[in-house]
Amino acid sequence: MPLESHRGSMVSWRSAMVASMSGCLGGCSALSHGFLAAAGPVAEQERHLFLVVCGVLLFVAVPVLLLVPLFAWHYRLSNTDHAYRPKWEFSWGIEGLIWIPPAAIVVGLAVLLWRWTHIDDPYRRLPGGPPVEMQAIGLDWKWVFVHPQRGIAEVNRLTIPAGRPVHIRLTSGTVMQSLLIPRLAGQIYAMAGMTTELNIAAHRPGVFRGENTQYNGAGFQHQKFAVVALAPADYQRWLARAKAGRRALDASAWRRLSARSVIAAPVTFSAVTPHLFDRVVAATGGAAHSLSKARP
Amino acid sequence: MSPSTPVLPALLGRFGWHDLPFVRAWQNPTASEIIGAFAGGLVVVGAIAVAAVLTRHRWWGRLWSEWLTSLDHKKIGIMYVVLAGVMLSRALIEAVLMRMQQAVAIDAPGFLSPDHFGQLFSTHGSIMIFFMAMPFLTGLINYVVPLQIGARDMAFPWANSVALWLTIGGAGLMMASLVVGEFSTGGWSGYPPYTERDFSPGVGVDYWIWAVTLGSIGSTMAGINIACTIYKLRAPGLRFMRMQMFCWTSLCTAILMIFAMPPLTVATLLLALDRYADFHFFTNDLGGNMMNYANLFWLFGHPEVYILILPAFGVYSEVVSTFSSKDLYGYVSLVLATMAIAVLSFTVWVHHFFTMGQSANINAVFGIATMTIGVPTGVKIYDWIWTMFRGEVRFTVPMLYSIAFMMTFVLGGFTGIILAMPPLDYLVHNTLFLVAHFHNMLIPGLLYGMLAGYHYWFPKAFGFRLDERWGRRAFTCWVVGFYLAFFPLYVLGASGMARRTQAIFEPSFRPWLYVAGVGAFILLAALASLMIQLYVSIRDRAATMVEAGDPWDGRGLEWSVAAPPPEYNFAGLPHVDGRNPFYDDKHDAGRPDPYRSPTDYSDIEVPRGSMAGIAIGLGAAVAAFGLVWEMWWLTLVAAEVVVAALILRSFGRNQHRTIPAAEIAAEHEAWLARVRATRPIPRRLETQAINRGLAEVRA
Repeated sequence: MPLESHRGSMVSWRSAMVASMSGCLGGCSALSHGFLAAAGPVAEQERHLFLVVCGVLLFVAVPVLLLVPLFAWHYRLSNTDHAYRPKWEFSWGIEGLIWIPPAAIVVGLAVLLWRWTHIDDPYRRLPGGPPVEMQAIGLDWKWVFVHPQRGIAEVNRLTIPAGRPVHIRLTSGTVMQSLLIPRLAGQIYAMAGMTTELNIAAHRPGVFRGENTQYNGAGFQHQKFAVVALAPADYQRWLARAKAGRRALDASAWRRLSARSVIAAPVTFSAVTPHLFDRVVAATGGAAHSLSKARP
Repeated sequence: MSPSTPVLPALLGRFGWHDLPFVRAWQNPTASEIIGAFAGGLVVVGAIAVAAVLTRHRWWGRLWSEWLTSLDHKKIGIMYVVLAGVMLSRALIEAVLMRMQQAVAIDAPGFLSPDHFGQLFSTHGSIMIFFMAMPFLTGLINYVVPLQIGARDMAFPWANSVALWLTIGGAGLMMASLVVGEFSTGGWSGYPPYTERDFSPGVGVDYWIWAVTLGSIGSTMAGINIACTIYKLRAPGLRFMRMQMFCWTSLCTAILMIFAMPPLTVATLLLALDRYADFHFFTNDLGGNMMNYANLFWLFGHPEVYILILPAFGVYSEVVSTFSSKDLYGYVSLVLATMAIAVLSFTVWVHHFFTMGQSANINAVFGIATMTIGVPTGVKIYDWIWTMFRGEVRFTVPMLYSIAFMMTFVLGGFTGIILAMPPLDYLVHNTLFLVAHFHNMLIPGLLYGMLAGYHYWFPKAFGFRLDERWGRRAFTCWVVGFYLAFFPLYVLGASGMARRTQAIFEPSFRPWLYVAGVGAFILLAALASLMIQLYVSIRDRAATMVEAGDPWDGRGLEWSVAAPPPEYNFAGLPHVDGRNPFYDDKHDAGRPDPYRSPTDYSDIEVPRGSMAGIAIGLGAAVAAFGLVWEMWWLTLVAAEVVVAALILRSFGRNQHRTIPAAEIAAEHEAWLARVRATRPIPRRLETQAINRGLAEVRA
């Protein structure tokens, strides 16, 4: 009989495990959209840094989480089984213990921070050959991605070759925005009259979510886009197909896009006004910002 | 909101019927508009109900002469806290609405329009910072610091009243925006160019600008006043290194206010020039640059975080020491850590925009500076832990908040270090991870502290204790609600969910949003519990009177006087010779009787009430209201009231009232006699009815 009951508890324990596992999976399906499911070298490095920092920080958090309840409970008024020293208020030993280890942890983290801030600088070119040059223009409430060398553009979709670095220059045709593709890299602001830069890459073909994270009005929540990473051969085919289309991103198309609106589906343009990106930067005050726009 | 046709533009400026939420709800009865109209109606009905109660009980006269025009620091402090409570209620309800919207708007429009949602997160943030947190901490400091340093009032009692009324004026504008017009959708930080007229032409941003401007001027004045009070009005013998820890944190907060609030005032006024006079400080075109705004705003915004948190640190220092019956561990360490935090807080503002494209060197420097603040903050937590060591800890409500704070705040610090790493900030900036982080700092680091202070000093201010049972219920709800409402946001942020999102298109976020929604309701239950607690405590006050003034076996001078204290605070100014003057007098042999008569009584001058404070504060608010609606005549008239009040007050002569020595002697001796008749109680009975405010001294 005892054996039976023991087995019963085993079974219930196992079913609890399964239940909690499936609960975790439910959670993981949300996390699979974030940097923990990194799909490119930048996000991968940042995830690595995240895990290292979390590991280090356990040494900061755990002692407090243990000591606070332990001390509060052990030294409670009703527990007469401990010394009471109402006047004791200083000890050099404890002073050293509470100042030096936190300071040492911060020094260690500072070294890590300095190194990784330079490695993961969004302006730093990624290894793996010359990058695909792209331009991103934030509008209300859509993103325009221009492939300047091919003279094609997409709205609310960014098609890139997998396994090759992509270098994006960003600006805004309206208020400030921020471009984030969580599974590929961190975000950077896009500001009118100024240019910022972001380097991304995807290891393998796939579709990744991108978004604007800086609130810019009533259509903000719709300003999402797909990043489509294609195998090199597919990417070449896609370029040819995109170039073969009929739609042109000319002045009138640009006026329509610039209106504050949400577009239903991504659009591809097979021709783009030359120097569109630079014109947008100049039109929104680029001349005045010429000192601040470039970074060595 | 579509622009509406102005009605009588010469008189009413830009106002049109469509600016009334009731008209909008009538014409377009969606859930979103009806909620807006209901909120506006609640403000109107609430105001009428308060007026009716005051009229019915004939309380107007007393309210005016004893409260609204009072310059007594204690009454001003209480009015600040009442303001904070009212605004907390509004902003918390708004938070629940937003959580409900996000829980139902998954691949669906939900019940709030995008514009309404934008107004909600903007008012929620602006109110919680400027009209909940700031008044709460300013109120506590106002009430407690003069009592702790043995002063009779603040250094500038009249400026104190002006600062209060400017803050109330700003809060009034926030309330007015519910009834007339709309509010900004630019968030609490109001980043241009979105908040420029090109992109936000309505009255909303103007409401935000003027409400925040009035609040920031009020806070600058409060800061100057608090700092001068602590510098100049300390009792004889109270050297800096003998001050209570709450005085130290108040001093640091005051210094931060003096230096950090002006950049905000400047930023909002420059934005106002952009909007009203077609300047181009932060516009896209003609040389404007919003990066200047971001720098100005966060030059205020980061020290502001420590303005909010330091007073709570002071409260925790008092509470942990008192409820452990033990000297504060590491006093010098705590003072140094507080000062270090205050100085470092000015060196980290760039971490609010690591993603603005500056070089890796700059980001790294500011990231390291940010992490450095973690060291003194960590030291403080350990100082409180070691204060409990070999003490006699009682789990009263303020102590429960302190313990919950220490364990929750360290988790916020954990995620704070993650955000301080620029490469990690790139990933989770502007996402719910950030929202979770700053709520994880501010709810334990500010709200729990303020609530602990409220429970701790309430008996001092009103003469009776707050109900313990409802206090524990409220505490449980605040803690459980916090974890449920905000920990899911860390997961969502790490999954890339942007903040300020009115609708969600990712079904896998649903379970987390549900949990967060449940948490929001529990937080609302916490607020309701606090209100019930207040009601129950007032109803049953006969059983919890602590007239002798010292219900917790307190340490500082504030516990050495009656509860509530007389208007002049101290019958005779105390002489201080240590860090715990009152506690040592009670517990150490060979020291003078803590309940003694002063060597001799003398006349005391106290400030007379003045209506100039209320005239200036409300005049400024009306002038601002005129600016919002472009009713220029109204602005001119109200501005003249402000100037006239200033001039008249400057010529006023009879500004003090003398309380004769005989009256003070009679009052004080009568209180001492009642203290002698009070039964001292041991600590284990301190939450029982028997506790009448006199602590038993261990043999």
